[in-house]
Amino acid sequence: MSRRRRDDDKRPGVPLIDGVEKVTGRARYTADLEHAYALVGRILRSPVSHGEIIRLDVCKAVGLDGVAAVVTGADCPHTYGVLPVAMNEHPLARGRVRYRGEPIAAVAARDAETAERALDLIELEVKELPAHYSSEEARAPGAALLHDNKPGNLEREVHHQFGDVTQGFAAADLVREERISCAEVNHAQIEPHACLADFDALSGRLTVQSVSQVGYYLHLMLARCLEMDTSRIRVIKPFVGGGFGARVEVLNFEIITALLARAAPGKVMMQLTREESFLTHRARPQTDMRIKLGMRGNGRITACECEVVQRGGAYAGYGIVTLLYAGALLQGIYDISAIKYDGYRIYTNLPPCGAMRGHGSVNSRHAFECLLDRMARELGLDPFTVRRANLLQAPTRTLNDLMVNSYGLGECLDKVERASGWRRRHGKLPPGKGLGMACSHYVSGAAKPIHWTGEPHAVVNARLDFDGGVTALTGAADIGQGSSTMVAIAIAETLGVPLERVRVIAGDSAVTPKDNGAYSSRITFMVGNAAIDAAKKLRAILSEAAARKLETNPGDIECAGEAFYVGAGRQSSLPFSDVVKLALIERGPITVSGTFTCPPEAQGGKHKGGAVGSTMGFSYAAQVVEVSVDEATGLVTVDKVWAALDCGRAINPMAVEGQVEGSIWMGMGQALSEETRYADGLPLHASLLEYRVPTAAESPPIEAQIVETHDPYGPFGAKEASEGALAGFPPALVNAVANAIGIDLSELPVTPDRVMEALVAKRRKARLDALAQKAAS
Amino acid sequence: MADDLEKLQTLDFGHGCGVRNGRNLSEGEKIAVVPSKRDAFMQTGTARPKPRKRILSLTLNGRQREDAVSENLLLVDFIRRVAGLTGVKTGCDGGECGACTILIDGQAVPSCITLAVRCEGRNIETIEGLVKQGRPSRLQRAFHERLGAQCGFCTPGMIMSAEALLRRNPNPDDAEIRTALSGNLCRCTGYVKIVESVRTAAREPS
Repeated sequence: MSRRRRDDDKRPGVPLIDGVEKVTGRARYTADLEHAYALVGRILRSPVSHGEIIRLDVCKAVGLDGVAAVVTGADCPHTYGVLPVAMNEHPLARGRVRYRGEPIAAVAARDAETAERALDLIELEVKELPAHYSSEEARAPGAALLHDNKPGNLEREVHHQFGDVTQGFAAADLVREERISCAEVNHAQIEPHACLADFDALSGRLTVQSVSQVGYYLHLMLARCLEMDTSRIRVIKPFVGGGFGARVEVLNFEIITALLARAAPGKVMMQLTREESFLTHRARPQTDMRIKLGMRGNGRITACECEVVQRGGAYAGYGIVTLLYAGALLQGIYDISAIKYDGYRIYTNLPPCGAMRGHGSVNSRHAFECLLDRMARELGLDPFTVRRANLLQAPTRTLNDLMVNSYGLGECLDKVERASGWRRRHGKLPPGKGLGMACSHYVSGAAKPIHWTGEPHAVVNARLDFDGGVTALTGAADIGQGSSTMVAIAIAETLGVPLERVRVIAGDSAVTPKDNGAYSSRITFMVGNAAIDAAKKLRAILSEAAARKLETNPGDIECAGEAFYVGAGRQSSLPFSDVVKLALIERGPITVSGTFTCPPEAQGGKHKGGAVGSTMGFSYAAQVVEVSVDEATGLVTVDKVWAALDCGRAINPMAVEGQVEGSIWMGMGQALSEETRYADGLPLHASLLEYRVPTAAESPPIEAQIVETHDPYGPFGAKEASEGALAGFPPALVNAVANAIGIDLSELPVTPDRVMEALVAKRRKARLDALAQKAAS
Repeated sequence: MADDLEKLQTLDFGHGCGVRNGRNLSEGEKIAVVPSKRDAFMQTGTARPKPRKRILSLTLNGRQREDAVSENLLLVDFIRRVAGLTGVKTGCDGGECGACTILIDGQAVPSCITLAVRCEGRNIETIEGLVKQGRPSRLQRAFHERLGAQCGFCTPGMIMSAEALLRRNPNPDDAEIRTALSGNLCRCTGYVKIVESVRTAAREPS
């Protein structure tokens, strides 16, 4: 259902409203905030992967000159966590440690050296317990338990079946099954974690400024862990140097900094090292998958079966949601009549995993798209043909009761097929070069939020005062994705005023309305709709004032170009600033509240876990990847990527392109080089040298195109743009490598050693086959 | 592998949080004891002798200044804490990410692995120094207008590396731009709009 209005692909978009601060160095990130006389915070971390704390003596540290506070697990008996049903973690360990690097105690001192000396004076004895570092070990019978109430170290299992899978496989012409695994990866946002907490002992008020994507959740957890009234807490989000999911749950160091500030009492600056930022983790888990598809000769999928095992790390975090997403988002992209999903989330003695861009969907999409390609090849079908054979028709509801209201995957396929010269070039490139493609999708905000309170999903306040400027107040966290700019555009467009008249104040709980935060790509869809609603309310007030002056009905008033006027001829027109004055005379300074709520029918199926994956609008993406493989070294080079994303409507096309390019490139990192590794629970990757984020020199040109399907519920028809394209890259790359050298890889990342191993195996098999043939003849 | 594990035991968590590999204990011994006693000062709990200070004179963004600085003070900390210019960023534990890149006599240098006292008499330029009479430089304008900056954290370092490039090579091709920026990691843009920004700036008069 593509309701394209007009071809306006050429709209360039606008720079970010906070862009000048960023390029001139004026933007203040958490570590840049004024803290000249603040105390310095440091954390003592567990030296073992699993152990019982026998003795923890902080007396010498407390006694050290210059130490203002020392806190331990005894200072906070409360658990914290993002899911109300799975808060099983303490900010500072109490009695037991479950991963190497888990916080045990923390110090605030007058300077870094004193804080570090104080840490060294803390006496700690830990009795080591057996530790498990893989899902397999942790699930084995007799394995030591991380959490006594979780037998088999099984955090959660999910078993969903929709449609008749047995019948589906029986109806297939080809049934294939593959085992595919993906390594654990990390967000590696360039800004290391930091938090500045200020506790005023006289007023009993706490102000916390942090790198958070979810200031509201941080607010709630501070109140819970510090046993403070929420009204005495203020949470501010300064400029944030990237998120990607790293900061979508409250992190231990944030609560620890606040505990130190209260204990001191005073202002405490906590800046984690890059190594500690890696240890804090919360990223995409190592995943083992078994995927099985049934297909007819024409490429139509008859059934899908997928088993997913996620190595979750030591605590729950977002784990249950990650596991549910991995199953739920097998749906919503293709028309499949039978799907079975079995998911297992396993506790292991490693830093806890969490949400990362494309949350939950990326690895199972990878397995699916790889197998789809391999089966297409076996049936002699083109990869595009097999995807086109399974397209959905919007509007529709999936088997697991997710709404699909707009669907531009077909157009995405057309665009990348054309741009890449697929028909002309696929299978005809020189040896060692190949083309691969894949599709992906993602939600535009979870239709049922984690902390379900029944309140609107988003609220934006808009203020208008004597200065004639429109100030939008939003709790939405701009973490570089451009959400504040999106809010400004939504308001300016609706009011018919230039962007310069709008100011956005974001992420300060003392000023801005509560917002659930920057996750699940919810901001454009939900906050955008709320911003439009606020602007419409302002417009109604201003139209009324203009109508009185022009002696007409408010309904006859139009506004555009900073003017309010009647009819098309603009015979009687009032400038915006005059109308503001008229309205203020009537009412004084104006503040309106715009809201957005996802209706119950959007909030997913009634089955257990059915809310995860539910959304008002899915984005869709297709991409083609061109690679060169060096068969002597196993090195894979990405030469070019062509991508298209259906984001409903690009509110800011330049920002959409930026998000598509960035997400594809992040998928490339996971596909080619990024991988966390541990030796007995000790991270071997905890620096940006060992954790291989692609550099500019290794990164390809990416040609991103936008498909606009004008979603019926999105703000101006928009859907999300930041996550949907990521999951397509890894399978497109693996499919391209298969196209280049005839090898189907089953593990990510596609490092040279993995490619060489597969090449050597292939050559050996060829030799053995030749020998066998010779012997036979 | 045994060798690797030997090496691992010397790692600690950045600030010296005393995390050790339990493996260096004997087989039966299951009690791990921290701290790691990194040096003699730690063992006795006495204060380390203060590093000596020196008078450092240099030019920072066109202004001559003289400061008393510790001999072990890193240039990034000198710029951020002593001079108060927070445009320069710390993104890693030393020389990995490029967010701290500044110019010393026109050369792009990671300030987090440079000692301040090594800059005696040198001309230091930071992102703040590129704004002349309130007008951002061509690179700053291009990064803003072309979305070369998303979260903006790598941006100051990225722009300084690009500035050094354009001064030595006014018309770089894409490969030269990518090579010149390969020491600066960005996690948001996929570098596409960064390369485009540098290309655009190069076309403008400086």
